[in-house]
Amino acid sequence: MEKSTVFNNRLLPYLLLLPQLVITVVFFYWPASQAIWQSFLREDAFGLVSEFVGLENYQALFAQPEYYRSMLTTVIFSTLVAALSLSIALLFATQADKNLKAAPAYKTLMIWPYAVAPAVAGVLWFFMFQPSLGMLARPLRGMGLDWNPLLNENHAMMLVVMASVWKQISYNFLFFLAGLQSIPKSVIEASAIDGARPVRRFWTIIFPLLSPTTFFLLVVNVVYVFFDTFGIIDAVTGGGPAGATTTMVYKVYADGRLGGDLGGSAAQSVVLMVIVIALTAIQFRYVERKVQY
Amino acid sequence: MVFRQFGPAAAVTAALAFATPAHAVTEIQWWHAMTGGNNDIVNKLAEEFNASQSDYKVVPSYKGSYPDTMNAGIAAFRAGNAPHIMQVFEVGTATMMSATGAIKPVYQLMKDAGEPFDPKAYLPTITGYYSTSKGDMLSFPFNSSSTVMWINKDELKKAGVTEIPKTWPEVFEAAKKLKAAGHATCGFSNAWASWVHIEQFSAWHNVPIGTKANGLDGFDTELKFNSPLHVKHLQNLVDLQKDKTYDYGGRTSTNEARFGSGECAIFLTSSGYYATAKGTAKFDFTSAPMPYYPDVAGAPQNSIIGGASLWVMGGKKPEEYKGVAKFFTFLSDTNRQAKLHQESGYLPITKAAYEKSIKDGFYEKNPTLQTPLKELTNKEPTENSRGLRFGNMVQMRDLWSEEIEAALAGKKSAKEALDAAVSRGNAVLRTFEKTAK
Repeated sequence: MEKSTVFNNRLLPYLLLLPQLVITVVFFYWPASQAIWQSFLREDAFGLVSEFVGLENYQALFAQPEYYRSMLTTVIFSTLVAALSLSIALLFATQADKNLKAAPAYKTLMIWPYAVAPAVAGVLWFFMFQPSLGMLARPLRGMGLDWNPLLNENHAMMLVVMASVWKQISYNFLFFLAGLQSIPKSVIEASAIDGARPVRRFWTIIFPLLSPTTFFLLVVNVVYVFFDTFGIIDAVTGGGPAGATTTMVYKVYADGRLGGDLGGSAAQSVVLMVIVIALTAIQFRYVERKVQY
Repeated sequence: MVFRQFGPAAAVTAALAFATPAHAVTEIQWWHAMTGGNNDIVNKLAEEFNASQSDYKVVPSYKGSYPDTMNAGIAAFRAGNAPHIMQVFEVGTATMMSATGAIKPVYQLMKDAGEPFDPKAYLPTITGYYSTSKGDMLSFPFNSSSTVMWINKDELKKAGVTEIPKTWPEVFEAAKKLKAAGHATCGFSNAWASWVHIEQFSAWHNVPIGTKANGLDGFDTELKFNSPLHVKHLQNLVDLQKDKTYDYGGRTSTNEARFGSGECAIFLTSSGYYATAKGTAKFDFTSAPMPYYPDVAGAPQNSIIGGASLWVMGGKKPEEYKGVAKFFTFLSDTNRQAKLHQESGYLPITKAAYEKSIKDGFYEKNPTLQTPLKELTNKEPTENSRGLRFGNMVQMRDLWSEEIEAALAGKKSAKEALDAAVSRGNAVLRTFEKTAK
């Protein structure tokens, strides 16, 4: 049942909502409407010439085979990153939730990578796996594996996925751990007394009770892979080789900022925005039903 | 040495500043992308200029990488507070040129300010890049370089390569020998894939990258680098990539370290790599001209430049422009140019500075630094080797490199890759043409 509160003053509820509304308008609706407007324009980089071209930017966009390719890349990339970062974080969190001696130290270490900026994380991974000098690439090559993210698409994809997952695990870990700690111990103990083994306890009790956290993290992680990973991609592969790691958001960045094609870039961000809104809506409509609050 | 005088010079500036408090100093903002030793050079140049007179003060500020600096400048212009001088890399030239009103052409600046300025005093292969087809200089060349082939002499000797290869077939042979002699992961390589294998390669063989003199004569240019010669060259690289006789080195300079570490004994990249090579290479190295195909008539032609130039932004006050003009005159001074060249490894921009360096006997001790100059002045530039000017070049280089990568990874044939690079590039050019009326 939803709670409803009755206000005596008709203005008060709006007043209370105002700060949030102002923030949403200034930081979301205003830039978003700017992007939509810009996607109908063709401008030079300096903004000296600006011409209304209707849907031309969109037509040009959907005529590019590279754009469809970046969509496919995004699907692969985001599925891998979201699935891996969620499952690995959950594994770590369940382990950290046990009665360990050095649990606080362990937890702190797990959270650290979150403080690293995406571009720095990218550079870090780039150096470790740089084919000829990287400290992790050399043993790989030594084992006879022809490690070459400069030309091999799978290697490049692995690298950006690893870096993005590594970056996100801490965040997911933190929430999973909090979620785990809020599950009443009595429920788990009761099932243990009933003879449920740890694996069964996890899947029938812990995992369902954790579902609000998992759902929240799923939404946040999808947004993360869609929008926040371009710094990592830029530092690690620059979208290469041959566009194999160019996701949709990286293409927005590359075409707009590096290419100076603001109209085309704006059109792409509008498409991206529509996709993410749709995805989030689907998540709330269908996935949330399975969540037990 | 000019740069060593920084201490006393600063003292003089300080003294002047205190001595003439009533005197209004016009500030000139200079945004640049120089890091490390090059950043010091920029700061010292500004300090020297500021110490040499009391009316103007040049304030340099570092704004990040080349694309970052350019974007910062563009954003500042849109917001109405652009710097006076902005350093822009050579691939941004077309974008800057087309921005009439946003920039103040250098030839006009010098004329308005009444500064002595003779465009003929500058090396034509350098200024050609930054001038209109009529020869009017639009921006002021600052740091210029060209592609050279860096050679690890010790390793070549060990592999039994007695002479530095001059042609591509000789390079391939040498690379095979190097590979046999233990360089299993890299016979030869290069940085800046599209710059080396498309742009410089075309100029050096006197074949067009695009129509309209590679875009210098108009924005309605079309790309042409899918010729049989280009396809043959890329095919050779593809074949050699299979066993790493050639190993792809990426789109930017990040893999230059493979030369310094000794992994790649033959490496094509910018002549501006000199300072780093000097600092890191623990072996006897030198630079040689880019290789060519001997069956191409007229090859080698001349190379084109890379690097950056200084653009003057529009909409500033006349007295500020006067200061900028004086600063450019200051930079063009023969002794200063010669010293700048000899200390930094950048190319000298005036003929007089080049001649002075020859007269000083500088190249006898440092032949490495003359290689790019010899390449640039090898022959009188033609339509195909004056330079290039394509809009949205940053984006274009990326998509050219993408196609080179696709060919090297075996996803496309050399011909398919170059055809795709040309057609995708043409689409970018058409978009640019529409905005750059």
